[in-house]
Order: sequence, then structure tokens, then C-alpha cells
Amino acid sequence: ILLKPLIMKITRRGRNAALAIAAVVIVVGIPLWWKTTETYRAWLPFSQIGELDSLQLQLSVEVEVVFSRGTLIPELQKKVPLTETREQEHQVDAKTGLQYRYETKYRTATIMEDDALNQPTAQEADLSLHMLSESACGSVVVYIIPETSTLLPEGVTVYVGQRRTALLRTTVFQGRGGLKEVLSALHPLVKQVVDTMSFSHQDILASLSDRMRAGQISKESLADSMRAIKSSPGYEITFSLLNPDPKSHSLHWDIEGAVHSYIQPLLDKLTPIANFSVDSQILYYAVLGVNPRFDNSVSAYTLNADSLAHVINPVEARLGSNAASSNPVLNFLLYVPDARHSPLFIRDRSQKEVPSNAFHSPRWGGIMVYNVNDMYDSKAEFPVDIDISMAKVMGVFLAQLRLLLGVQKTQPPPGFLLQSPGSAGLADWELDRLLWSRSVENVATASTTITSLAQLLDQISNIVINDNIAQQVSSAVMSLHAALAELEVGDLALALQYSQEAILASEKAFFDPSLLHLLYFPDDQKFAIYIPLFLPMCVPIVLSLLKIGNEVRQRRADKLAKRD
Amino acid sequence: MATRHLFIELQTLNRRAKLKIIFAKFQCLCIIPALVGVDKKTCIQFCLCTFQEEMVIRPLYSGDIYASFQFRTQWDTDFLHDGKKVSHYRLFPKSLGQVLSKFSVRELHISFTQGYWRTMQWGQPFIPSPPGAELWVWFHHTVTDVDGNWKELTNVLSGIFCASLNFIDSTNTVEPSASFKPLGLGNATDHRFLRYATLPREIVCTENLTPWKKLLPCGSKAGLAVLMKSEKLFHSSFHSQAVHIRPVCKDWQCTSTAWELRQTLNVVFDLYTSGQGKKEWSLFKMFSRTLTEACPLASSSKIYVDVTDNPGGELFDLSPSSPLISTAVVLGDRRTYSVYDLTKKETFGQLRSLNLLLRWKGENDMLRPPLHAERYVSGFGLQKGEIHTCLYNSHPYRAYPVLLLDSLPWYLRLYVHTLTVTSKTRENKPSYIHYQPSKDRLRPHLLEMLVQLPPHSVTEVTVQFERALLKWTEYTPDPNHGFYIGSSVISALVPSIVAMDTNSTRDRPLFSSFFPTKEESSYFMRVYTEPLLVNLPTPDFSMPYNVICLTCTVVAVGYGSFYNLLTRTFQVDEPSAPLAKRLANIIRRLRGVPLL
Repeated sequence: ILLKPLIMKITRRGRNAALAIAAVVIVVGIPLWWKTTETYRAWLPFSQIGELDSLQLQLSVEVEVVFSRGTLIPELQKKVPLTETREQEHQVDAKTGLQYRYETKYRTATIMEDDALNQPTAQEADLSLHMLSESACGSVVVYIIPETSTLLPEGVTVYVGQRRTALLRTTVFQGRGGLKEVLSALHPLVKQVVDTMSFSHQDILASLSDRMRAGQISKESLADSMRAIKSSPGYEITFSLLNPDPKSHSLHWDIEGAVHSYIQPLLDKLTPIANFSVDSQILYYAVLGVNPRFDNSVSAYTLNADSLAHVINPVEARLGSNAASSNPVLNFLLYVPDARHSPLFIRDRSQKEVPSNAFHSPRWGGIMVYNVNDMYDSKAEFPVDIDISMAKVMGVFLAQLRLLLGVQKTQPPPGFLLQSPGSAGLADWELDRLLWSRSVENVATASTTITSLAQLLDQISNIVINDNIAQQVSSAVMSLHAALAELEVGDLALALQYSQEAILASEKAFFDPSLLHLLYFPDDQKFAIYIPLFLPMCVPIVLSLLKIGNEVRQRRADKLAKRD
Repeated sequence: MATRHLFIELQTLNRRAKLKIIFAKFQCLCIIPALVGVDKKTCIQFCLCTFQEEMVIRPLYSGDIYASFQFRTQWDTDFLHDGKKVSHYRLFPKSLGQVLSKFSVRELHISFTQGYWRTMQWGQPFIPSPPGAELWVWFHHTVTDVDGNWKELTNVLSGIFCASLNFIDSTNTVEPSASFKPLGLGNATDHRFLRYATLPREIVCTENLTPWKKLLPCGSKAGLAVLMKSEKLFHSSFHSQAVHIRPVCKDWQCTSTAWELRQTLNVVFDLYTSGQGKKEWSLFKMFSRTLTEACPLASSSKIYVDVTDNPGGELFDLSPSSPLISTAVVLGDRRTYSVYDLTKKETFGQLRSLNLLLRWKGENDMLRPPLHAERYVSGFGLQKGEIHTCLYNSHPYRAYPVLLLDSLPWYLRLYVHTLTVTSKTRENKPSYIHYQPSKDRLRPHLLEMLVQLPPHSVTEVTVQFERALLKWTEYTPDPNHGFYIGSSVISALVPSIVAMDTNSTRDRPLFSSFFPTKEESSYFMRVYTEPLLVNLPTPDFSMPYNVICLTCTVVAVGYGSFYNLLTRTFQVDEPSAPLAKRLANIIRRLRGVPLL
């Protein structure tokens, strides 16, 4: 009788001890273990990245329409200047929306501009207009000139100059109808000019190809965007002269001079987009990977379009990697066939000879075949000294370089006359087009990179996120926002700069090696290490908790029974 | 000098015809335009580079054959002083040129070697190299971050040569103060711009040969390089390939500088054992190829065969014989060579291919090399050890000083107070010691000293060390194999038997013009010792998991008893009936008899 309370006391003490140990384990032990084995994950702006996932791009173009003397009747002239904003919205897919804003300013030409338009040719008019005022990057100026003007040749309604101006020839607007009618009559033509000189919807869609499924973009613009090398802060351009037969041909090319006079002006023009470095080399005994077929009908060797795909790989092994930088390389090869296999001609799919005797490979470079067999007769003493005509070669390479850099060959609408870019190799408006598509492309690429990185980090909780990566991610997000804002304002140069920063930061974060450190430390191994500690510690705790629970239930049942 | 010869010839010969010959040979002569009125631009185009190729064959006394290839490209440009970026390459390989200009390299020497050069059996090599990979670079004095450049350079070079040079880091890089002077122009003395590293563990094979061959203008398609078939080259006792880049004088007046790229490949064939004891070799036996042409881009393409010991043909037969004989002072000795000029058609004879054949007839003794060295580790157990380096001076009457360079990794803790240098059982105090102690996991030991070697003597340098314990991640994949310690380097000016040729610009065979000679009485020589293989105390690598398991079990057992003590209640139990009684009760119950 005396023993019973004592026993009760002792069991209660045991129970309390078990509960206390369980409490210590749960309150102190588990958080401590959790904290000490946790992987370090810096804070990432997930919500902002989530916003970027659905991209709303707004592009603004400033258009200035200038009526020269004689295109508007005097009553209407009084109503200008006038500003008008047109907006166009496209929902590309569930996550991407586009909005174009054309801010059009209408005004009449100043006296000096009218004088400039009185020049004998369109080219001179273009130059003198350019001297009068320089338009901002990304803007378009359209001069409306009267039907009677002799500036443009017959059948041409629109002339696009080397800068950012275009001349548009229309009939004199008669008094019938107000200014509104005049402007709406003018609008489709102006829109066409702007589409040519800044961007068209298809171009922008092609630039967004990273974010979109195939099939939404027209085949040509997709081909254009796939041909152009990916946006990068710098490019290496390498010219290689392949001489498979130094025993017969001793070749000389003045590559320094040619680069200086043909390539450098274009690259100088493109400095806002990227840094370029140019080098050249001569490779001896470098042969093509395929054996050209001899065609009796033309007594020449021919390379078919199907076999061109096999040409590059064996040659590429000789080109050598670029040791000095990790920028993408554009290769331009000049292949001089050996004496026994010349002349060599490239044939396209319809079995016709390609007039330039050259082809290019998307995002890789171009190859040109240069036949020298007609420069000496069979009696010549080998090796024959041959000077390569660089003008011919560089013409082809320059065209290929423009394609590979993404300066699209614009198909002008009927009635358009595009002034050839001249010695610079690139007209201002062509540069603008490139800037537009590059900025949009960069924004699209950077946003997909950042969102997929965020997704990856969200899914795999084992990855360590360093402060460094977090900083890169947030700077990428900030630059992306800045780029979007600049596109909205229409400041093209700044937009491109921010978008490039965004792409750099996002790629740096995405490819950071520190992300891989703990990725391959699987859970089963982790628990294999913990089990010798956890199992013997947890089993008694769990068992005594179960026992206590049972006792409590038992007692409650007893109490209920007693009350009954 | 060559320039002057041609200059005179020019005036005597028909101008046009001569010009053609010179241009065809890719000779670099920029005086021509002034004389013949070719405009300057074409001349620059024609003559920025020269390329020479050469092979020396030396029959060794052990019955082995030593073949040494040298390819020299000279590029008359200066991309360190001009300020402008040079980026147009002709004969010079683009990848190396880019490396030079990007990292502001003044001089670069890199070698990959498989096997150890046995100086005692084979004599001196033309260009010595230690087993494994060796890289030493002088940077231009305008470089501010030398270590950063060095790190990046090693990474780039490891990509170019497909080698594990990226394992070069601060723990195996040293800045020798005296042993590695620039071999090219300019007397840079500030060793802050010098970096030296070796990887003795590096294994050299085909993947290193292919990129090396790719640097040659003719590749392996024409010229001497067609002989380089890797299945033969690597089936040899010794194989070493190297690239040396340095600035040199452009012409004999040395008014401007040019870059010189020398690619060398040395190989020793053991034809005695593989040829069933017959002492006979030919180009075809060695390389499984014969020569048919010179590289069309080469201005000279020659094969030299050492016939010094065979003046009357009593030692061996050489066929086809060559009318051209040349003598050159090489490694302190005047040697005679049979020369085969591959640019001449008559060299190839009627078969249009050249297959040199040599049959031994007699035996000959060899001149002992004036200097050689060996090294070994002594001691027992895994705690301490001692490194012995023996330097042999076999010159009968001349003493000369040598520079000894030792770069030891930090995990061998040197006891520098135990450093002793003895020759002829007497202490030989070094006149100059430069010692840089190691820092754990940061930098290696660097020990450089100038030791005077008495004539006809052995000088022994010993130093004791303790083996450090590494962290378990620092062990190599096969730690029980041991750790390789790079060769020590012995550089010396050895007294010469004959007067050396000090005129550096004279037209000499390539193999005799690598190390610049400054005085007539001595010549420069570098000897590498064997690399060492040192065992370090190695743990059992499954230990961490065992330790975790064991400690967890101990903790769990302790915790379990503690828990039991705290939570169990102990009560006095009523003694239960003995087993026999219980059994009896069960049986009684079955039978229906009252219980006990």
C-alpha cells in the first residue's frame, strides 16, 4: 500500500524524463542539425524573375515626316506641326507580348531642307540633309517630295539613303478633305518605310525565336536569325588562306591592306554592337574533305551542294582554336585548289555554277574557292608566284560577313530604291535594324537564361547559391529592366548596352562552376552516414513516446469507465 | 653574313633570274627592292618569315641511334615594342603568336619528354630536357601581374599541346635566380619575370605529338616531318619534343629583332635489341618511311650524319654516301658531318627517295661526357629521408663551377641545416646559395647554389627531409605509387676542348646554335638528374566513413544506456514460480487436475 504512490512517482519521473529528452531533441537537436547541414543559398529575386517569365516588350520608334515645299496646300500647312502616336499590339504567345509605338511628328521643311532637296540627285540630297541635322539612333526621317521632283528615277516612289532619311514621292494633296485624310492616306507608305528602316514584326519575331516554338515565325526570318552568329560582346574574325599545293603555287595575299580597306570600315561602324578582332593565317597542305568530281562537259572539277557539308570538318582541324579569347570565331577560308584539281567550281542544288564560287555555313563562316589555273600556262616554272586579287575575295567575304553578323538582306517592297551602303559597308539605318533585333534578341535570351536558372535552382534544393551568383542574377535582372525601359523610351544605343550587360551577367551566373559542387551528393549516401547515429537515438524516443501515448489513452478509457 | 653573300651574288647574276630564285626560297632580304626597284610592299609580303628544317643522326656507342629534328621559323616582326597588334600570320603558327602577344611573353621554352636521357651511355644531347613536362617563361618587363599571366598561360598552353600543364600552380612554380637566363636577345636579370615549373609525372604520347606537328608550316605532309610516325617514335628508349620561342637578331648587324620558333624532337632508338643484335639501321627501319622531298617552304632542309669517328670508313658504312662534308663545333668538340641537302634533286638519286643506311663494322670507345649527375633518396621508414645528388666532373685537370637548382614540393620538409656538399671527402662550401623556404600548400622549396667541381671528382650534395602528412583530398589517385619529385637542374660553363664559335650570326647548323656562346674557351651545358619517386605516409581512404560509423555507434550506445537509466522505472517484482512448477501446472491444466 505504501509502495504504490512511490511506484507511481517513479513512473511519472521516467515519463517526464522521456518527454524532456524528446523535447530537447525536437527543439534543439533537429534545428541544430538542420542548420549545420544546410546548403548555403543566397537570396534571389524570384518574384522579379517570375515577372520576367512573361515578357511584355514595348518598342518605340520616333518617326519624323517632313513635307517639302509644294506637297501640302497652304491651308493644311498651317495645321502642322502636329504629333501623332500610333500603337500596335501583338500577343505572340501566352508569355510574350509585343507593343509597337510609332511617335510620328509631322512638320514642314525648313528653307535649308528645301534647298537640300533641290540637289540634282537623291544621293547628294541625302548627304546635304545629313549635314543639316543628325538624327538620333533608331529614329527615322521621311521627307515627302512632290510628284514633279526629278530626284528619283522613274517608277521609284521611295528612296532610302545611306543614313536615317528616306525620300517619299507622292501626289500633291488637294484641298479635298482635311489634314486627317491626308495623313491617313500617307500612313501606309510611311509605315512601309519605317518597317524597312527600323524593324518589321517578322524581324522582331525572329529575334524572339529563343522564347518561341517553331512554326510561329516565317521560314525566311528564322533562317536569317539562325544564320547570324549569336549575340556576344566580342567576335574573332579569322581569314585563312588554304594552299594545298605549295610546290606549284606560291601565293601572296595582301591581307593587311585588304582588311584595312574593306573590313575595318564595317567593323568600325559595328563597334556599338561588339568588339571585333581580325587575324589571318596561311595554312599549307590543307585540303578539303571531299574529292571534287571531274565534269567532262566543262572540263573542270565540281563540288555539289550536297557535298559542301563535308568540306568543313577536316579543314577545321587545321584552323586551330583561338588561344587568346573565348569569343566566338568567324572563319573565312580562301581555298586555292591544287594545280591538278583546278579549276574547281561550286554548284548549287540546280546544278548551276555559283557565280561567286563561295558558300557559307551558318554561325561558322564562309569558304571561297579561288582558281588560279588561268594565271599561268603549262610551261611555267613551279612554284608559280601568284598575287591574289583581294578586291574580288573581300567582296565575297564582306557579303558573307554581313549575313553572318545578322545584317539582313532586306527585300525592299516594290517601288523602293535602297542606296548601296558605299565604303562603310553598312548604312546607318541598317545598323539601326541590327540594333533593334540584337537588343530584342539579347533581352529574350537573357530573360530565358535567368528564368531557367531560377527554375533549376528552385527545383534542386541541393545547389549552393553563392553571394557571387546572387549578385550576378540581380544585376542581370536590373540590366534587363533597364533595357526594357530604354526600349520603351526608344533609346536604342542604351538598350543594347543594357541588354548586353544582362546577357553577360546571366550567362556568368548560369555557367558558374560553383553551382555544380554539391549537386552530385545524393540523399541515399547522406542518410547512410546519418543512420548509425539517428537510428539508435530515435528508436527509444519514439518507442517511449508511443508507450506514453498508450498509457494516456488507457487512463482516459479507465476514467470514462469509472464515470459510467 | 648570308645576306652579304647574296648581296654580292646579286650584282653578278642576272637580276631577274636571281630575284626569282631568292623569292622562291623564301629568303628574307629587304635590301633587294632598293636594288632592283621592286616596290616595298611586295617585298614585305614576300619576306617576313624563313623556315629551316634539319635532322642530325648520331650513332651512339651503345648501338643506339640518336635522331634529332629541328625546325626553325624566324618571323621578322616585333609585337612587343611596336605597340600595334600583329595578327597576320604566314609561317609562324597563329595559336602561338596569339599566346605571345596576349601574355607579353619574351621567351618561352616548353618540353615534353618520355624516358630519361642516359648521359653516361649516350653523351650529351643537343637540347637537354627533363623527364615529364618542363615549362619556363620570361615575361616582358611591362607585365604587372606576372602570376596571373603565368596561370592563364599554362592553361592556354595545356589546351594547345593537349597536356596537363593546367596542373602547374603556385605549389610547383619557382623563380630561379641564376639557373635560367634568357637564351635570346636582351639581358633581363630581374627574375621576378621568370617562371619555371616541371611536371615530372606527365606522360607524353601521341596526343602531344599531333598538336606539335600541327605547328609546322608543312605539317607532316612534306619534308622531314613525314618521318614522324607516332607508332615508331614512341617505340623508343627516349623521346623528347620541345618548343622554344625567343627573340633573336634579324640580321648580322642586329639592328632589329625577330622572333625565332624552334621546334625540336629528339629520339633515341634501341635498334640493337629490336634488330636481333645486328648493328644496322636505316631511315626506313627507324621511321618506317623514306624521304622523297623537302618541305617546299623551307629555305634549307638538311640531314647531318655524325661521321667524326669514322674518317676512313673502318667503323661503319654509310650509304648512299654524300660528297658534302661539314664540320661544326658542337658541345665543345669539333665534329664532322656528312650532309644531305634535301633541296637538291641529286640527293634522292634515281629512286627519288632517300633511305640512309648504316652498317657497323667495329666497336669504339666513347669519350666520357665532362659532366653528369645522378640523384637518389636514401633512408628508411616513412618519416625521414635524405636526398643525395652526385655531380661528376670527368675533366682530367680543370675545375669549373656549376649551378645546381633544386625545386622540391612543400610536402618534403627540408632540413636545410643538414645540407652538406662534399667532394673528395672534404667539405666543399658553395660560393652562392639562394634558398627560398616553402610555404605549406602555397609554394615549393627553391634551392640554388654555385658549387665548384674539382677536376676528376665526385661532388655529393645531401640534404635531409621529413615527409609531411597530406590532407586526404590532396593525395593523387594512386598514392601508393609514390610522388614524383622533379629533376634537379645543373647548368655549367664547361671548358671546351676546341675553340667555340662566338659569332652568333654565322650560318651554322641549327643543332649547334641553340645555346648562345659568349667566350671561346667554354660552352654552356645543362644536365638534368633523374626525377625522384618518394613515398609519403598514406592513409586508408575508407577511414572517414569508418570513423563516422564508429563514433556514431559509440555515441548511440552511451546515449542508449543513459536514456534507459533516466526513463526506466525499477520495481520489485514478485518472484515468479520456478520453471518446473510452471511446467507441472501446464500439464495439470491439460489433464484437468487441480493446480499446485
